[in-house]
Amino acid sequence: MSAFATNGSRRRWEDLVRVDRVHRSLYVDEEIFAAEMRLVFGHTWIYLAHESQLSEPNGFLTGHLGRRPILVTRDGEGRLHALFNRCTHRAATVCREESGRARSFQCPYHGWTFRNTGELVGVPWPDGYGPDFRREDFGLGRVPRVESYRGFVFGTLDEAAPSLTEHLGAARPLLDYWIDRAPDGDVRVRSAAHRMVYRGNWKLAYDNAGDGYHPAFSHRSLLKMAARLGETRDMAYFGRSPDQGPMYVQYLGNGHTFIDQRPNYAAAGDFWRNQRVQPGREGLERLIRDRHGADADRLLDLAVGSQINLNIFPNLLIIGNQVQVIEPLAVDRTQLTWHATAIGGVPDEVNVLRMRTQEDFPAFGEPDDQANFEEAQRGLSVPEMEWVLMNRGHGVPDRQKVDADGVVTGPVTDELHMRGYFQEWLRLMRLEDP
Amino acid sequence: MTQAEHTDTAAWSYHVDPAYYRELAAIAGEWSDAWPVADAELLAETQALLHREARLLDEARFNEWLELYTPTCLYWVPITPGGGDPEREVSHAFDDRRRLTDRVYWLRTGVAFCQIPQSRTRRLITNVEVIDEPAENRRRVRSNFHIQEFRAGQHKSYVGWYGHVLVREQQGWRIQLKQVNLIDSEHGHENLTLVF
Ligand code: FES
Ligand SMILES: [Fe+2]
Repeated sequence: MSAFATNGSRRRWEDLVRVDRVHRSLYVDEEIFAAEMRLVFGHTWIYLAHESQLSEPNGFLTGHLGRRPILVTRDGEGRLHALFNRCTHRAATVCREESGRARSFQCPYHGWTFRNTGELVGVPWPDGYGPDFRREDFGLGRVPRVESYRGFVFGTLDEAAPSLTEHLGAARPLLDYWIDRAPDGDVRVRSAAHRMVYRGNWKLAYDNAGDGYHPAFSHRSLLKMAARLGETRDMAYFGRSPDQGPMYVQYLGNGHTFIDQRPNYAAAGDFWRNQRVQPGREGLERLIRDRHGADADRLLDLAVGSQINLNIFPNLLIIGNQVQVIEPLAVDRTQLTWHATAIGGVPDEVNVLRMRTQEDFPAFGEPDDQANFEEAQRGLSVPEMEWVLMNRGHGVPDRQKVDADGVVTGPVTDELHMRGYFQEWLRLMRLEDP
Repeated sequence: MTQAEHTDTAAWSYHVDPAYYRELAAIAGEWSDAWPVADAELLAETQALLHREARLLDEARFNEWLELYTPTCLYWVPITPGGGDPEREVSHAFDDRRRLTDRVYWLRTGVAFCQIPQSRTRRLITNVEVIDEPAENRRRVRSNFHIQEFRAGQHKSYVGWYGHVLVREQQGWRIQLKQVNLIDSEHGHENLTLVF
């Protein structure tokens, strides 16, 4: 895997990822993309599903691990499996639905039948196979390690990868914060999803997920719209000298990045008070205040996003109340799926407000970012202009702090998140060709 | 703040309450009912309104388009085919009068980069059926649409059906509900920022 030469000479990965810049080929080269699907998506933990999507025994979901079609199942005993959705006979996918319940899957091509644990249980007219044919040799291929962290199901193809909790590392307490906003941690990922496709590389989304520099510019339309009724509210703080404010960006290690907007808020009810108005806000607020009195501020805050952006490398972005998944489709094409969430342990009206809240950003915020991703992909086509900068904050004295666990913290507009995660990218890409 | 000001639904949203959702669910559940064939005059009057709406959208005359809608209107583009349950599911658009006003304002800010350049659209509306319900002061309309969009060098087409609920006001018929049902609503879409 060294055919990605430019100018006829072999370049090493280190030449493409420098301390303050990355090479354009990481975003436009099909061979590098193919290598990423094998190495980045093949050797670290990949988010596959949320348990609430397969809460019943024999539930299943189809999806992808990198570009590999997979089938995530819960068997009759409640155990989770991630299987390649690829018949062991002549490769057809065995399941073509997005989700449902099934004890077994019969391949529609020649009828081989697999249990939801992956075992091959039946082959039509078996006397056509010789005595050395053993069904146990032809179960569905499987993702060897599948683990759930409090409902978030991850899998890895790498038998040698560290445990999931070790991999989550410093991201784990932040994920706990997000989960624990729901009473009893009861998060439900069954509220439909915005599936947004853009013509650009998948890393443009990951770069953006920890980017506190862009909101004042890329989201100008949203900020202007929000000012129609007076105060801008939500997100306005990104526009007012954000580096002097209390927000920060962090590189958490293992590729994970984080933006904290919570320091903009102090008291219970502040999330709610600062939220841009959404359909039904006043009527449902009145109803919740009438019924829940002193507890209303806490409940109303739960209708608003978490005020964190937690990015778990390479494909899970926790943003607001949404669980966003990056699905690379091609070197220059990506689907971002924004799964909306509801929570247990709150009055119905809180979840109704959550739905209206979670429609806002996919409609009026994200499309402008994706337009910018697409225009960045167009700009990246210029071969003479080789570099993508990630140097903001780099080499500026006293701007970054590194704690004992190696977590790097800086002002929210710094690009330290990119400088950090590309080191993890580099580690994974070197596994095959050190 | 006086109660009178709270009735301006471009600024306040007191009315989108549990009863509003119940009424919506009842309407959304009845789009597939059998309707009697409408007489020619009723059909022509209804088509004229749909055509006028189509022209305002295709000509990007969004402020005029907004005036076709009632103060308690809903412009709804569900994700779940058929509509699903908007109290428990998100939609592509679930716009009360205030959010619809915001949407038009947003499109006209000049800095919505996803609409620079702006979408050019033309829409074909066919298979129009209408039921007149004078006792409820409303007409329900269903139709098929095919919208062709051109933007940033790309042609895209969107196909589906509309459900309109019209109510009679002093100025004439206005739109209380527009439910836009894309045949691929729950699938991946690029830059879904045009107005259907
Ligand atoms: S490919 Fe599945 S049975 Fe032949
Ligand atoms: Fe953004």
